[in-house]
Amino acid sequence: MTFHERMITLDRRWIFLTLAVFVIIPFFLEFDIPVTVSKEVRDIYDFIEGLEAGDYILVGIDYDPNAMAELHPMSYAIIKQCFAKKLKVITLTLSQYGAGMAEQVVRDVADSTRIYHGFEPVYGEDYVFLGYRPYYAFVILGMGRDFRIPFPQDYYGTDLDSLPMMRGIRNYDQVECVIDMNGGTVADAWVSYGNGRYNVKLAFGLTGVMAADFYPFYQSGQIFGLMGGMKGAAEYEQLVDKPGPAKEAMKMQVFAHIVIIVFIGMANIGFFLGRRSRTKAGEVL
Amino acid sequence: MKRQLPLMLVFLLGAFMIIQYFVPAQASLDAYEFILDWMIIIGIFAMALGIWSLMRVSWHKIKRRSHDWQYAALTLAGLFIMVLFGFEPIGGGLKSYLWLQFYEFVMVPVLATIFSLLAFFMASAAYRAFRARSLLAAVLLGSAMVLMFRVLPLGPLSDPINELAGWILVVPNLAAKRAILIGVGLGMVATSLKVILGIERSYLGRD
Repeated sequence: MTFHERMITLDRRWIFLTLAVFVIIPFFLEFDIPVTVSKEVRDIYDFIEGLEAGDYILVGIDYDPNAMAELHPMSYAIIKQCFAKKLKVITLTLSQYGAGMAEQVVRDVADSTRIYHGFEPVYGEDYVFLGYRPYYAFVILGMGRDFRIPFPQDYYGTDLDSLPMMRGIRNYDQVECVIDMNGGTVADAWVSYGNGRYNVKLAFGLTGVMAADFYPFYQSGQIFGLMGGMKGAAEYEQLVDKPGPAKEAMKMQVFAHIVIIVFIGMANIGFFLGRRSRTKAGEVL
Repeated sequence: MKRQLPLMLVFLLGAFMIIQYFVPAQASLDAYEFILDWMIIIGIFAMALGIWSLMRVSWHKIKRRSHDWQYAALTLAGLFIMVLFGFEPIGGGLKSYLWLQFYEFVMVPVLATIFSLLAFFMASAAYRAFRARSLLAAVLLGSAMVLMFRVLPLGPLSDPINELAGWILVVPNLAAKRAILIGVGLGMVATSLKVILGIERSYLGRD
C-alpha cells in the first residue's frame, strides 16, 4: 500500500484513540482559551441585565442527561444571573429525564447565590420548579392560557396558588421572557406555539449541532438570542464573569477540533496525491 | 360507519380549530381550552398504551427466550424499579434515596456516555466524508473548516474567522434553512388540509 493510500484508508480505531488521547490530555493542563462573545449570546445577557428586580422569567430546562455537557453550563450561568439580579425564576422541564437536571441546577445555584451574593433565594418566593409534563406542545399551549392548566401543582405537589410568587401569575403575559435550554424538538414547539400563538419573547440555549437550524428564527426576530453548544455556554459564562465548566471544557473542544482538522487535512492530501499519481500513470500509459 | 365517524370527527374538530384561531371571543377561547384538556387526556392514554406495549413485547421476548432476551428483562426491571421507588407510599416518591441514586448514578452517566460516543463517530465520519472530490464538496469542506476554526484561538486571525463563520451561518445557511422551513410549512398545511378533508386516510389503518 502506498503512502497516500495509507493516508485515506486509516483504520478508524486510530482516529478514536488519537481523539481520546487529545481530549484527556488538556484535562490535566492549566491554560485558558480566549472566547469571543457573539452578538446572539450578548443579546440574551443584555436583555436579562435590562430587567428589574422582581420581574418574572421562565427558564425551560428541556434536555436529558445526554446533552448536559453543553446545556447544563448555560442553565447554571443564566439562573446565576437571574438570582443575582433578584428576578423571580419559574423553571420547568418538558423533557422526560429533565426533572433531575432542573432540580440540580436550581438547588446548586440557590446555594452558590447564598455564598457569593449574601442572600439565599427562597423556594416559592424567588423561584419555583413546576416539574415535568409530557406532550410539550400541549403544555406550551396550555401555559399560554394559564400555568395552572398543565401545572396545577409544582414538582413537589404544592398547589401553585399557595406559592407566594405564583399568586399574581396567570400566563405568559406576566413573564418577561422565556429562555429555553434545549436538546431536542421542544425548541420548534416553543417557536410555533409559544412565540407564534402567544407572542412570547423567546431565547434559546441549544446543542452545537442544533444551533445552525435556529438562525432563521433569530434573524426574523422570533427569538431574541441564541447560545449554541459549548462555545455559546463559555461565552455566557464569560459575560456573567463566572468561568465554569463550559470555559474549562473549551480546552478539550479546541484539542478535539485540532485533531479532526488534522485528520481531514491528511485525508485530503492523501486524496490529491492519489489523484495526481493516477493522472501521471494515465499519462504514461 | 366505522370509517365515517372518525372522518367526520376529524373534519369537524380540524375545521373548528382553524376557525377558532381567528375568533378572539371568550366562548371560542373556552372551547379551545376544553379541547386542549382533551388533547392532554388522550395523550395520557397514549402513554399508558406505550407502557403496556413495552411490557407486552418485553414479556414475550423473555417467555420465548428470543435473541437478547436478557435486555428485555433489564428493561422491565428498570421500569418497575423506577416506578416502585418513585411511588410515594412504597418508595418515598421523588425524594426517595434509591430513586435519586438510580437517576444520578445510573441514568445520568449512561445517557451522557452514549451521547459522548458521538464525538468519536463524528470525527471518523468527518475524516471520510469531507474530501474535496468536486466543487460542491470543496465548498462544504471549506465551510466546515471555517466553522471548526472558529473555536480555535488563532490570535489576530480569530476575528476575521469569527466574522466569516457568522456570515456562513446567517447568509447561506439561513437562506437554505429558510427555504426548507417554508417548504416543510407548506407541506404541513397541505397534509393537514388533506387529513381534514378526508383525502388522506392512512391514519385510519387498513380496515
